[in-house]
Amino acid sequence: MTPPYRYLEEIATADVAFEARGATLEEMFLAAADATLNTMVEEIGTVAPRERRAFSLAADALDLLLFELLQELVYLKDAERLLLRVRDLRIEETGAGYRLHAEAYGETIDPGRHPLLADVKAVTLHRLVVERTPDGWRAVVVLDV
Amino acid sequence: MSVPKDLRRISDTVWEIPVSHKAGMLVPARVFATETLLSEFDDGVFEQITNVATLPGIVGHACCMPDGHWGYGFPIGGLAAMDPDHGVISPGGIGFDINCGMRLCLTTLTYGEVQPRLRTLVDRLAGRVPAGVGAEGTVRVSRDDFREALEQGARWAVKRGYGWKEDLERTEEEGCLRGADASRVSEKAVDRGYRQIGTLGSGNHYLEIQVARAENIFDPETARAFGIVLPDQVVVMFHCGSRGFGHQVATDYLRVFAAAMRGKYRIHVPDRELACAPFLSTEGQDYFAAMKCAVNMSFVNRQVILHRIREVFSEVFGKDPKDLGMRQVYDVSHNTAKIERHVFEGKPRELLVHRKGATRAFGPGMPGLPDVYRKTGQPVIVGGSMETGSYLLAGVDTGACTFFTTAHGSGRAMSRTAARKRYRGRQLQEEMEERGIYVRTASWSGLAEEAGAAYKNVDDVVEATERAGLSRRVVRLLPVGNVKG
Repeated sequence: MTPPYRYLEEIATADVAFEARGATLEEMFLAAADATLNTMVEEIGTVAPRERRAFSLAADALDLLLFELLQELVYLKDAERLLLRVRDLRIEETGAGYRLHAEAYGETIDPGRHPLLADVKAVTLHRLVVERTPDGWRAVVVLDV
Repeated sequence: MSVPKDLRRISDTVWEIPVSHKAGMLVPARVFATETLLSEFDDGVFEQITNVATLPGIVGHACCMPDGHWGYGFPIGGLAAMDPDHGVISPGGIGFDINCGMRLCLTTLTYGEVQPRLRTLVDRLAGRVPAGVGAEGTVRVSRDDFREALEQGARWAVKRGYGWKEDLERTEEEGCLRGADASRVSEKAVDRGYRQIGTLGSGNHYLEIQVARAENIFDPETARAFGIVLPDQVVVMFHCGSRGFGHQVATDYLRVFAAAMRGKYRIHVPDRELACAPFLSTEGQDYFAAMKCAVNMSFVNRQVILHRIREVFSEVFGKDPKDLGMRQVYDVSHNTAKIERHVFEGKPRELLVHRKGATRAFGPGMPGLPDVYRKTGQPVIVGGSMETGSYLLAGVDTGACTFFTTAHGSGRAMSRTAARKRYRGRQLQEEMEERGIYVRTASWSGLAEEAGAAYKNVDDVVEATERAGLSRRVVRLLPVGNVKG
């Protein structure tokens, strides 16, 4: 099986770029969320599902919907000091674009148990791509760290 | 790297790309670099600086500093001055870490006095100035207090006992951009920021104990005016920004601008990160007022960190910080847009100057400088990598060609992933300690990413700024202790 995400070296010298893949749009979004978490924490398996957060987000295009999801995780990292993995995700088309419902589980940052990497400052629109591939979906995202 | 074919050499260190290079360019683009640095630039720099040259209202040249590299929209090291009446403001010309900047504090201690207590100092600084992912600060404020801080800047901190009055006059804009309006920032931005006052952040943010060795003083007279008077004098330099608050302000307005640009203003730009709106529009003015809040948050953050540094030195040496000579030299901003008065085409004019990963460097006698630096020009603090060294420069008269702007650091040359593959954090720490640099980090991998070899040579960068007439060298500072975010 192809790993659901990989980091790209050639795009961002000073920052972090990754490619996420999935058989479905939802799987690809989950992979992108994990890639974002993995930019901040060395082993995402160390993040235990102690807390739950549910949220809905909307955007008029799929790439912007992914931007909103990742940005929400970055927001919760600072606002509530939570490291989160998105477990359940539903994406639907609306008249004005797309909406997603997500449930995320995780816990408060504990540098003792979560070996930390770089703090993600923001999700950027730089070269942001969400596209269909012959075997599913693919996204490229650049994070400002 | 491929240099554009139509790049023309203007002088020893100035290179120009003409408006014919790309459709839509309104002014030529200028790159300030030595031949060596130019050959090391990534392709993104040329693509992006020529994109900047297409922004409505840009005047003079779109400029890139010698430490320039690929960024979002603007390159890092990018400079663009706009006509405020007819031009745009672009969040991409400022960056996500609004008013990320540098501050330098003196001591009257020598390396000989500090060396035996170096570990204690670094360990205590690491404890007192929280760093890393999601770190919380040590200043507890309510959300309302935080909004007050956003509008008042460093003055807010000094009023509460974090620092000295004279710190304010030794800070760019006296630590407060007037016109900051907290009602223009989102609740989400406040949520992210109000518990982060006094935190360093991560990535390339750091706090460093440095030594000014006699052989590294380029201009003894200016060095003395800046407070470097002793052999092997110890100083403390740090680099940090507006934390989650500023990042959220930038994100919020990127969204607003992207939508307004498509629908309302029908401005077409070659890159979504170049999102912009007319400066005098509602969106432009709202962003400007919110961005100023982030600029001020960053001044508050550095003011509190300076206070913590003074506390730690005071405890370790059992003396009042004043008796340890812990005066601030200066505080400079990297990522801002400001209305400044410059002489352009022979006439004084107000311009909206975007600096992204670039430092203001006012020359001698310019308004806006405190009396103490009127003769010398503005102190410019340039951070190098944690292994190699940093610089204190001074602004010069000839800086008018870049609206008095110079480089901000050494600029990354190697990607973070590549650096992590090549270096190991713990091993790097040991090697640095053998060379007399004691480093503490919030992240081992993060330490590896900041290895000296991942950066351009800071000596080349500052030399290029001097040869190009943007700033001049005063002192080179060597690291001996480092807290890495």
